[in-house]
Amino acid sequence: MRHTLSVVVEDRSGVLARVASMFAQRAFNIHSLAVGPTHEEGRSRITLVVDAPDVEQLTKQLYKLVNVLKVTELAPNEGLEAEIMLVRVAAGPDTRGTVVEMASMLEATLIDLGPSSVTFQVAGDPDKLARFLEVMEPFGVVELVKSGRIAIGRKRTRVATAR
Amino acid sequence: MTTDTHITGAQALIAALEREGVDVVFGIPGGAILPAYDPLLDGSMRHVLARHEQGAGHMAEGYAQATGRVGVVITTSGPGATNLITPLQNALMDSTPIVAITGQVSSGAIGTDAFQEAYTSGLAMHCAKHSYLVTDADDIVPVIQEAFHLAGTGRPGPVLVDISKDALKELTRLGDPQPVVMEGYNPTIEGNFRQLRAAIELLEAAQRPVLFVGGGVIKAGGNRELLAFAEAVNAPVVTTLMARGAFPDQHRLALGMSGMHGNYTATTAIQRSDLLFSIAARFDDRVTGDLATFAPEAKVVHIDIDPAEIGKVVHTDVPIVGDARVVLGQLLTTLEKQRGQAAPPQRTAWFETLADWQQRYPLAYDQDPDGPIKVQYFVDQLQEATGGEAVVVAGVGQHQMWVSQFWRFTEPRSWINSGGLGTMGFAVPAAIGAKVARPDDLVFALDGDGCFQMTCQELITAATEQIPIKVAVFNNHGYGMVRQWQRLFYGGRYSGTDLGTVAPDYPALAESMGCVGLRADRPAEVAPIIDKALAINDRPVVIEVVVDPDEMCFPMVTAGGSCNNVAMGPEDL
Repeated sequence: MRHTLSVVVEDRSGVLARVASMFAQRAFNIHSLAVGPTHEEGRSRITLVVDAPDVEQLTKQLYKLVNVLKVTELAPNEGLEAEIMLVRVAAGPDTRGTVVEMASMLEATLIDLGPSSVTFQVAGDPDKLARFLEVMEPFGVVELVKSGRIAIGRKRTRVATAR
Repeated sequence: MTTDTHITGAQALIAALEREGVDVVFGIPGGAILPAYDPLLDGSMRHVLARHEQGAGHMAEGYAQATGRVGVVITTSGPGATNLITPLQNALMDSTPIVAITGQVSSGAIGTDAFQEAYTSGLAMHCAKHSYLVTDADDIVPVIQEAFHLAGTGRPGPVLVDISKDALKELTRLGDPQPVVMEGYNPTIEGNFRQLRAAIELLEAAQRPVLFVGGGVIKAGGNRELLAFAEAVNAPVVTTLMARGAFPDQHRLALGMSGMHGNYTATTAIQRSDLLFSIAARFDDRVTGDLATFAPEAKVVHIDIDPAEIGKVVHTDVPIVGDARVVLGQLLTTLEKQRGQAAPPQRTAWFETLADWQQRYPLAYDQDPDGPIKVQYFVDQLQEATGGEAVVVAGVGQHQMWVSQFWRFTEPRSWINSGGLGTMGFAVPAAIGAKVARPDDLVFALDGDGCFQMTCQELITAATEQIPIKVAVFNNHGYGMVRQWQRLFYGGRYSGTDLGTVAPDYPALAESMGCVGLRADRPAEVAPIIDKALAINDRPVVIEVVVDPDEMCFPMVTAGGSCNNVAMGPEDL
């Protein structure tokens, strides 16, 4: 089962390695991972999308890491999720107009234009990105780069396990 | 000198260790740790020079297991640190509090594949409770404080502190001790009241309860509370391998050890129980066997200081996170309140059933007076000669199981062995550490010949440092437990388990290392040779005990097999 975990850690050297490596050690599968600073100094947030049958055990193992401060599970429909994607779509003189027009309807930003392709930036919830790809597939997706997923709770978030 | 005087990082390290109450460090010097070895000469701590870093690590573990205090090992960078990996993982698996201090190349050279460089703090990520890399002298003292706090509190474990050579040489100040504040580390000590009440309700109502006791009771110093609790609730007590000594074996409620080589009654009591009341045990696979058929009728109360242990392996009905000693105390109070004037449950049928099993399926062996010596016989004779007053230390394998089965434990911290990791070679160095910690107690290592050959050079340490341990080497000329499995499960095809009979000459080897070397070949020689060994206290003593290579360790539950099938001998497999 897929879970989104938001993990606040102390910003110390090696912390990301400890978290990622614990997943490997315990045979939990990471689907996506994004890391960055929080609004508080000295703290980073790691957002993980994981496949794990037992998220409680996973949360407890995270808490055993001394540098992990808080683990929050963002249950589906409770969290606001976003990803960013850069997509290069095949588009020659014949199709370019259509591709750009459709991309604009899907709220993608045109960031580069070449003789045989156009590159878009798409940001938003994972469904939006998936819809964009679905529409562009027939034209030919030449290259795709996707960030890890980040997420933030709505007003009420569920703490997966209190320490 | 005040705490504000400028001193080197190395001097600060030694002073910080002394301030933690460290009286002995086990270690081996080398390039990167050199600066720390100089002020060591001026300090109050004893340094025990091991002959291999793995030995130094196990000595620190033996020290910690024998006392409950944090053991300290200090080595250099690179190979000095990689040789510590086994003791670190061993300490992690058995929740033994040690602090390992390793030298690191100078911070400017880190990451350049410098001479004797290894990414030690990274290597230790998975074999330590926590690890640090210190490259600033000012961080040494606070990190040492944190390391001792982490190692010795909560679920104890190993902590590694890797310090770069330049940090050891730079100037810093000792400073006054500061309270340790770690936002991400706050172990829960007291159990939750609602869960305590639920646990007592289940226990009072249970017809066939078992108190299943793990090594955490010894770590927590909770053996007295356990005894009081077991008597108050009138329930039988099963101990894991790590908990031998947590409950007196001679007590009417004691069932001994369960699991793969546990006794029939202990294993079967768990299988038939309606309440498994687990106190600081972690349901190792050597205890549970096949999980699908483990204790099928039992509700489970699980007390553990590590929340991650609860629900990890078995389903838990009542989880209690907390320190075993504190929680047992709380449970006693809760019991008094809930029971009031009512009499404790009698459970006559359950105790009759258990007594019947004990009578029908005892632990047993046959010692032919003219045949080869059996390890079990030696253990019995040693028990008799010492009155059971000894710290017994084992390696890993058949001999370890026989000691845990046949020694009648009465005291906590009288049993030191490698449980979780199963580290062959643990016994000799661990016994040295234990003897250093408890010089007035008899420390007797009971080791296999395979184990002994892995770390026996530490006997040079014991002789040189005047640490008079006793070692019995049970020589069956091979890796007995592996051989047993090859006999039982691989059609008797013995692959890589024969150590040969040519070498070594154990007594001569022992003598060459500065110990007294003895040998017993026949059962009649056992008692006299034990007496002889016990009479020597100025040097380490090694007794080679030539034992029956064909003797197998039973009872046995096969690996992954069901604990419903306790084989009393090969015919049951």
